[in-house]
Amino acid sequence: MLKELFYIFISAVLVNNFVLTYFLGICPFLGVSSRIKSAIGMGLATTFVMSFASSICWVLYYLFLEKFGLSIFLEYIVFILVIASLVQLVEMFIRKYSPFLYEVLGIYLPLITTNCAILGLCLFMILKKYNFIESVVFGISAGIGFSLVLIIMASIREELKYADIPKNFKGASISLITAGILALVFMGFGGMLK
Amino acid sequence: MKVRNIITSGLWSNHPIFRQLLGMCPTLAVTTSLTNALFMGLSVIFVLTSSSFIVSLIKRLVPHQVRIAVFTVIIASFVTMVDLFLKAYFPQISRALGPYVPLIIVNCIILGRQEAFSSRHSVRESIIDALSMGTGFLWGLVILGSIREILGQGTILGRPILNIEKMLVMMLPAGAFFTLGFLIALMNRLKKRC
Repeated sequence: MLKELFYIFISAVLVNNFVLTYFLGICPFLGVSSRIKSAIGMGLATTFVMSFASSICWVLYYLFLEKFGLSIFLEYIVFILVIASLVQLVEMFIRKYSPFLYEVLGIYLPLITTNCAILGLCLFMILKKYNFIESVVFGISAGIGFSLVLIIMASIREELKYADIPKNFKGASISLITAGILALVFMGFGGMLK
Repeated sequence: MKVRNIITSGLWSNHPIFRQLLGMCPTLAVTTSLTNALFMGLSVIFVLTSSSFIVSLIKRLVPHQVRIAVFTVIIASFVTMVDLFLKAYFPQISRALGPYVPLIIVNCIILGRQEAFSSRHSVRESIIDALSMGTGFLWGLVILGSIREILGQGTILGRPILNIEKMLVMMLPAGAFFTLGFLIALMNRLKKRC
């Protein structure tokens, strides 16, 4: 049991990283990852939403949708509504307790709703037929993996500011190429799972 | 707004992928072959146009605070239709695209257009805008998909055309990042020319 959970953890954080292999959550990845501080905030908020989203979606899918045979028609609509309300909750929470973080994340918080990583998480969890505990672990590890890559990327980009980049490659272009190299690096972890 | 401006905005000057950097997740994930890219682009055109039509029809009825939730539910309903349609008539494509079909719901292009355009323009203008943005997205995907399929497999639409050493990296996630990075740099260069 523990072994399987560890397997899911390593897989979601390193080997099948959401950003670098599934391309989920690229928008915040390109948008927020220019400063380490905002990358950490965004990573935390996303991990928080992810760990709740996976458990709530699991419960709704298996105890409600599946039971009444509604999963084919309502799956996506229910998932996206759960995520949207969760994000609203996190936004209210951060606005109250950390005005600084709220200022930094400002426009990106509502965007978590359309962060494909969260909906992707719920869809993959159903596809892989995880049980409840596995789904929760999967959610948390996916969030950690997302934050990890976001923070690595932010630290690279803080240095990139001082690099002499050809004019046309500045901005999104060089970030994507950097992400490509990171993806190659992360492929090295593939050997960890057999 | 002039119709001509709306059309050129989506197709070139405000291109969803190369200029606004939206919808990155499907752009990178499904462009391993031209066929996948075509199906993804067409699905997005359908969902975008139908949601823009509905949103511009009901824009006066939707309270401001819940507009995002309403838009998302409308989009999710159309995506469910596309998903079931693909599953029924193109099961092979549906399997290849996997969870990236339901992930159209969180494609920022679609929600972005509802928020920025359809919720404040007439039905006619919204449909034109949706078609032009959708077509812009489609041609972006087609270029990316063709480059990756030709270099990665030496084929186009599954037919062999080039007898070259296959570049495995093009089929990997890293290849997607590299190709898009270089394409964006190319677009920056072209923009400066004209």
